Amino acid sequence: MRFLLDDEQREFARSLDALLKAADTPAVVRAWSAGDHNPGRALWGRLAEAGVFGLSVPEEHDGLGFLPVELAVAFTELGRHAVPGPLVETVAAAVLLDGLGDRHTTWLPGIASGKTVVTLRPPGDDSPYALDADMADLVLVVTGDTLRAAGSTSSVQPSADPARRLSRPTGGTVLAEGPHVRRAAEHAADVGRLATAAQALGVGRTLLDRTVAHVRERHQFGRPVGSFQAIKHRLADVLISLEFTAPLVRAAALSLASAAGDSGRDIAAAKAAAGDAVHLAARTALQCHGALGYTDELDLSLWIRKARPLRTAWGTPTACRARVLTN
Amino acid sequence: MDLDFSAAEDAFRAEARAWLAAHVPGTPLPSLETEQGFAAHRTWERTLSADRWSVVSWPEEYGGRGASVLEWLIFEEEYYAAGAPGRVSQNGINLLAPTLFEHGTPEQRARILPPMATGEVIWAQAWSEPEAGSDLASLRSTARRADGGWLLNGQKTWSSRAAFADRAFGLFRSDRSGVDEGRPHRGLTYLMFPLDADGVTVRPIGRLDGKPAFAELFLDDVFVPDEDVIGEPGQGWRVAMSTAGNERGLTLRSPGRFTAAADRLTRLWRDRADPSDTALRDRVADAVIGARAYQLFTYAGASRLAAGGSIGAESSMNKVYWSELDIALHETALDLLGPYGELADRADEAPEHGSWADGHTFSLAGPIYAGTNEIQRDIVAERLLGLPKGRR
Repeated sequence: MRFLLDDEQREFARSLDALLKAADTPAVVRAWSAGDHNPGRALWGRLAEAGVFGLSVPEEHDGLGFLPVELAVAFTELGRHAVPGPLVETVAAAVLLDGLGDRHTTWLPGIASGKTVVTLRPPGDDSPYALDADMADLVLVVTGDTLRAAGSTSSVQPSADPARRLSRPTGGTVLAEGPHVRRAAEHAADVGRLATAAQALGVGRTLLDRTVAHVRERHQFGRPVGSFQAIKHRLADVLISLEFTAPLVRAAALSLASAAGDSGRDIAAAKAAAGDAVHLAARTALQCHGALGYTDELDLSLWIRKARPLRTAWGTPTACRARVLTN
Repeated sequence: MDLDFSAAEDAFRAEARAWLAAHVPGTPLPSLETEQGFAAHRTWERTLSADRWSVVSWPEEYGGRGASVLEWLIFEEEYYAAGAPGRVSQNGINLLAPTLFEHGTPEQRARILPPMATGEVIWAQAWSEPEAGSDLASLRSTARRADGGWLLNGQKTWSSRAAFADRAFGLFRSDRSGVDEGRPHRGLTYLMFPLDADGVTVRPIGRLDGKPAFAELFLDDVFVPDEDVIGEPGQGWRVAMSTAGNERGLTLRSPGRFTAAADRLTRLWRDRADPSDTALRDRVADAVIGARAYQLFTYAGASRLAAGGSIGAESSMNKVYWSELDIALHETALDLLGPYGELADRADEAPEHGSWADGHTFSLAGPIYAGTNEIQRDIVAERLLGLPKGRR
C-alpha cells in the first residue's frame, strides 16, 4: 500500500497551480459573473492543453483515458483558484456520452481539446437547472431512460454565487433511449459528485490559506489576531476538517478507478465530508475576516460564495449520507 | 497510489483473524477498572503474548513479531472487529515502550520489555499533578540525589490504571535552576518506580461512572536506583515528549477501534432504529464516514512513514479527530437505544452488556487525556498553520 499521490500526480497539481496563479482567476470569475465569458473560454483552452478535459475521455477519442485520481487532483486545483464554468458538468457529460458509445462519442475529441463546452442537469438529482447553459455548446438532460439535447434554455436564474449561472433546459431532441442511458447517467453522476467533492476541498483550502494570511497580519489590541486562541482553535478545526476529507476524496477516486468495491458509497462519503469541510471553512473565513470578509470587493468573497452551492450540488448532504448507509 | 494489501499482509490478517476467533472470550471480561476485571485482563495479556500477539510491532527478541506499521494497523482492525478485550497494558505498551526503544539502555529494554509483553508487570503513568495539568512543565514533584539513586517526593494524580498496576513512570524535578530562570522544561528527570515501594501511597479516584480508573499517588522519600532513570537526568522533558508524540500519534487509538465501533453502530441502527428518523440516520452515516476518514488518514501516515517520513505535529490533528469522533459515535448509539441507553454495564438488561454506556463514559475523557484538545488545537494552529504564539 502506498496511499499517497505519486510524484507525477503531485507535479500535475503543481503545474495546474502555476498555470492558474498566472491566469488571475479572480478577474476571470468577475467577468464570468457579469456575463463576459471570453476570459473564461481562454482559460478553458489552457486547461484543456494541460490535459484537464482529457481525464474523462478515452485515448481513442483523443483523451488521456479515464483517470479519476488525476481528475480529483485537477478539480482540487480548480477549486483552489475558483475557476468558473461548467467544469464538473463537462467532465461528467464526457463520461455519459462515452458510456452511450457509437455516434455519441463524436463529441469527445472536442471536449478533450477544450473546443466543446458541455453542460447537463445533474442526473439523478432534483435540480431542474443546468449550470452555464447560456454559454455551453451542448446542453444535455437525462430523464429516466431518455437523453435529450436541450433546444433552448430559460433565462438565467441568478444564483447567490453570481459565477454560477443557472437556467432551465427545455425542448430539444432525443439523443438516446433505454436502460443503458440510465446506467451511463449513474456513472456520470458518480464522476460529477467526485469532481464536486474535490473542487469543494480546493475551495476550502484557499479559504483557509487566505484567512491564515489575514489573521497573521491583522492586529488588534496590539497583537496579531491570529495569536488569540478563539481564532486559532477555529482555524485548527478547519484544517482538521480539510485534512480528514482529503483522504476520503483520494480513496473515492481510487475506488472509481479500480471499479472494485462500492465506489458510489465511497464517493458519497467524500462528498458529504467535503461539503461539511468547505462550509466550515467558509463560515470561519468570513468570521475571522470580520466586516472585511462581508464585502464583495475582497476576492475572498469569490470563494465564500462557492462554498454553499458546492455543498448541495451533485448530491445534497442528506442524499450522500443516505447513500453511505445503502448496502 | 493504491490502497492494496500485499499477499503477506493478507496472510497476516488471516492469521490474526483466525487466532482471535479461536481465543477471544465469548462473553466480555468484567470491567478492567475493577480488581477482578483487572486480573482477568492481565490473564488475557498472557494469552495474547503466549502466541506473540500482545506487542506485534516490537522486535521478536522482546516478544513481538517485528510487524510493520501497516501490519500493526491490520492487527488492530482485526482485534477490535473481533470484540476482543481492552488492553490493560496499554500505558506501558503505548507510552513507556516507545520511550525505552528510543532512549532506554539495552539493559533496561531486556529487563523491562519482556514482562510488559506478558502482562506480568502492568504500568501506570504518573505525569499530572494537582497544580500541573496542561502546563505539565510546572510540575513540583522532586527527585533528589541519594546514594546509588534518587529519592522521590511529591504528589501525582490522574494516574491511569494505578489503582491495580505494578509500576509507574513519570517526570520529576531534579534541578530547580530551570524554574528560577523561567525555563521550567529544564531539570526534569524521567524515572520508573514500583507502586508498592516504601513511601508510595495509592489513593484510587472514582471515575464519572464510579470505577477507580485512575488514582492519586503520594510519594514520600521513595528510593529509585539509577538503573531506573531513562535518558540523562535533567533531560526528562525531551525524553517524555517523544512519548507524547507516540501517544497522540498513531499508537494510542488505532482506527480499528473506530471502524469496528462504526460497524457495530450501523448494525444497531439497522436492527433497532426507526428508518424514518433521517436525523439519526445522518449521524450514523457521519460516524461511518468519520471512522473511514480516520482509517484512510492513518493509512496515508503509515505510507509516509514507510517512505522515510515522520509523524510530527499532525498527531495533534489525530487526537482531536478521534476523540470527538468517539463521543459523537457513542452519543448517537445512546440516543438510538432510547431508554436502554443509560443502562450501565452492571445491568442485566443492558444492550450489548452495557458497552455503549460504558464506552460513552470513557469517550468523554478523550478530549481531556493525552493532552487536552485545547492544547492540541494550539499545536495545530502554531506548528501546522504557522500562527503566532500567544498567551494561553
